Amino acid sequence: MATRTVQAEAQSSLLPIIFSAIIGIAVIFVSGHVQAGALHDAAHDVRHATGFPCH
Amino acid sequence: MFTRILTSALFAGASAGLIASLLQLSFVQPVLLHAELYESGELVHFGAQAVSAHQDLGGFDAMRDGLSIFFTILIYSGYAFILVALMALADQRGAEITARNGLVWGVAGFVTVHLAPGVSLAPEVPGVAAADVYIRQVWWFATVACAGVALWLIAFGKSWVPWGIAAILLIAPHAIGAPEPDSFTGPVPTEIAALFAARAFGVGLAAWVLLGLFAGYFWEREGAREGVPQHS
Repeated sequence: MATRTVQAEAQSSLLPIIFSAIIGIAVIFVSGHVQAGALHDAAHDVRHATGFPCH
Repeated sequence: MFTRILTSALFAGASAGLIASLLQLSFVQPVLLHAELYESGELVHFGAQAVSAHQDLGGFDAMRDGLSIFFTILIYSGYAFILVALMALADQRGAEITARNGLVWGVAGFVTVHLAPGVSLAPEVPGVAAADVYIRQVWWFATVACAGVALWLIAFGKSWVPWGIAAILLIAPHAIGAPEPDSFTGPVPTEIAALFAARAFGVGLAAWVLLGLFAGYFWEREGAREGVPQHS
């Protein structure tokens, strides 16, 4: 019974994993890589310190 | 499941990000501000007179440094979402996730997003010559993706085939080469640029090890709270 519950959960839980990864990638892309002026200036120091390509 | 990922990622990202931002402001920001004095032309390297290596760099700038703290927390929260998602995937496939082995996940994360791209695209001080930013971003994302897959294969692969593929994935971006500038025009002394890269890596490693530790800790704790069966 317990095994069946774990299996059922394993099959249905790939979606939240993919969704979370996409959120993470989107946050990194917007805060670290988008070149729009205001965003670039605000995040400038962090982008350099975090080793992202900047300018 | 999603609540567990969300909670673990938010707590781990915010706490590691806050510590990372304080480390950056203490150790990386002064080097960056020093470099900007050369970038702006206020100081000139190899000019008529030798320039003192000790400059007044100003104190805490509430607006500028406040934004840096905000964005550091944001970026590490983004990393936390990816890290915890991968931990969840590994957990599902039978791996045990704890605070202790979270440290190793943290080191792997550092290698993936800092060290692997940074080996050929070193953390830059402001003012250095560099190739077009879009091309560098494409190379950066491709290298991070290759390194991430490679480390997963090293960790969870069980034969020489995945390990061999991992080695190729780690080496290939550097064998192909990162986009380079046509000529060198950087006005910043090499001493400052080298210190900047070293500090960026050092702070990055510390932040990532903490991120892995916190992510593992919260993942374990949230699992116990939800009553998910623990691996023995």
